Amino acid sequence: MAELAAIAQDTRAWACYDCGKCTATCPLVRAGARYSPRRHVLATNQGKRPANSGEGTLFDCLTCKLCDTRCPVGVEYTELVLKLRELAHRDGVEVECPHGGALQSAMRIMAKGEMAQDRLGWLEADMLTEPDEGELFLWTGCTMYYDAFFPEFEMDSIAGTKAAVRLLNKLGIAPVVSPDERCCGHDLLWNGDVKHFEMLARHNVKLVEASGADTLVVPCAECLRTFKRDYGPFFSGKKPRMLHLTEFLSENLDKLPMTNGASQRVTYQDPCRLGRHLGVYDAPRAVLNAVPGLELAEMRHHGSASTCCAGGTWSNCDRYSKQIQVNRLREARQTMAPVMVTACPKCQVHFKCAMQDPNLKDEITIELRDVAEIIAASLE
Amino acid sequence: MTKAKTTITDQPVTATGTETWQPRILVFACNWCSYAGADTAGVGRMEHEPHFRMIRVMCSGRIQPAFVLKAFEKGADGVLVSGCHFGDCHYIFGNERAVEQFDKTMNMVKLLGIEPGRLRLEWISAAEGIRFAEIINEFTEQVRQLGPSPLSSKRLDDLRIEEEIDG
Ligand code: FES
Repeated sequence: MAELAAIAQDTRAWACYDCGKCTATCPLVRAGARYSPRRHVLATNQGKRPANSGEGTLFDCLTCKLCDTRCPVGVEYTELVLKLRELAHRDGVEVECPHGGALQSAMRIMAKGEMAQDRLGWLEADMLTEPDEGELFLWTGCTMYYDAFFPEFEMDSIAGTKAAVRLLNKLGIAPVVSPDERCCGHDLLWNGDVKHFEMLARHNVKLVEASGADTLVVPCAECLRTFKRDYGPFFSGKKPRMLHLTEFLSENLDKLPMTNGASQRVTYQDPCRLGRHLGVYDAPRAVLNAVPGLELAEMRHHGSASTCCAGGTWSNCDRYSKQIQVNRLREARQTMAPVMVTACPKCQVHFKCAMQDPNLKDEITIELRDVAEIIAASLE
Repeated sequence: MTKAKTTITDQPVTATGTETWQPRILVFACNWCSYAGADTAGVGRMEHEPHFRMIRVMCSGRIQPAFVLKAFEKGADGVLVSGCHFGDCHYIFGNERAVEQFDKTMNMVKLLGIEPGRLRLEWISAAEGIRFAEIINEFTEQVRQLGPSPLSSKRLDDLRIEEEIDG
């Protein structure tokens, strides 16, 4: 009871005046799900815990933060979900796990950290990197794991990571790319597993601090959100500057010789973590627009109104998620762009999954690329 | 009614203790072939290494990466996945699916830094009691050579099952 009151205080749930804009905005509800953020907020205010399993429960939330941007009184529903999931996890509730919980197990194995991962097998001979110390740390994220785990989607998200290294090399920087990096713990945190999240956070922060880097460049939207919003308490000294790769590139556009015109149209998918969670909308667009000949065509919903990839935290996947993805891909196709560019590997996983639908394949298939790949291609 | 609290602890784990260390292996077996193969070994009183637990599933196609990774997470030293020979699967192509899932699992296992020798896929038919015993012996020895899984130092905590019994 007191716990819920404190949560209501922290997330401004107390301010709710029951207008229902959150529910009306929710992409799940629009796709037909029986889901009500408003009810969860009200229940919290009444000192009741929303149910943990079944349809319309806490673990269905995409945590895309669209409702937060629409709430007239600034209730942070997404933060509320985070806190309530923490309580649920404490009571032994596990997510009704898509992929059987395999990814969660992989994260916990990394958290225990007894093993030397083999995560840098993708580095190529022309790439200049430092294993442990340097001025700039490139946080690669877990793209190699996604590629290994989703061979049926022909995932190639590592291409974005490779492009990131090459772009930094072009700027004369040999970034630190560490073999000891571990999963940032984003999904464990959003599943409520704070214990293992903290184990990962401690290790990762120590790793970055020990590198002596004053800049941390992150190509993955989720890792960046986690570093900037959730790792705060784990830093002991001065925090490095933490930037998305596109933010860093947009500061250095004049030093990037983009000579290869792309002469193509692309559309850009704002990852929820980068856009609404961190407010980074302009940098990816600025770097894309700097490519000679490239035309950026926006989808109907873009910027802060973007629809997310509907798979955020490995805790929810159902027919509504699929519907959201299909609708989003239709929007992308309407731009007539052959390529959809994104800045988070997980968007790629989820959209590629939706494209497997044998009946809709032809209508919704579109090439997916990481923004780093597009920029790197314009340099050659 | 009083409530008695009992702690059930699994066999002592002795990576550091005085008894010799024995590996802890998890075997997944499909109902129609491999599990029956184990039965055949039992009925024929064939001797083989005893350091494994078996989980029966209806078909090897059910064995997802999640099952195997969870076993490693909880400290298994080795995991053996088994099913019917190709062409024999009770559900026609379940074991082909098992291969896809196994490959995926192996990819993850290698990335995570778990030795690939701790994971194995084998086809064992209901008649192959001898083969079952041989594979178990061979795999147990292989895992024994690799030593305790780096994740197993924490397994005592995980294995202790607290049960509340109405007395
Ligand atoms: S039933 Fe044995 S593998 Fe399918």
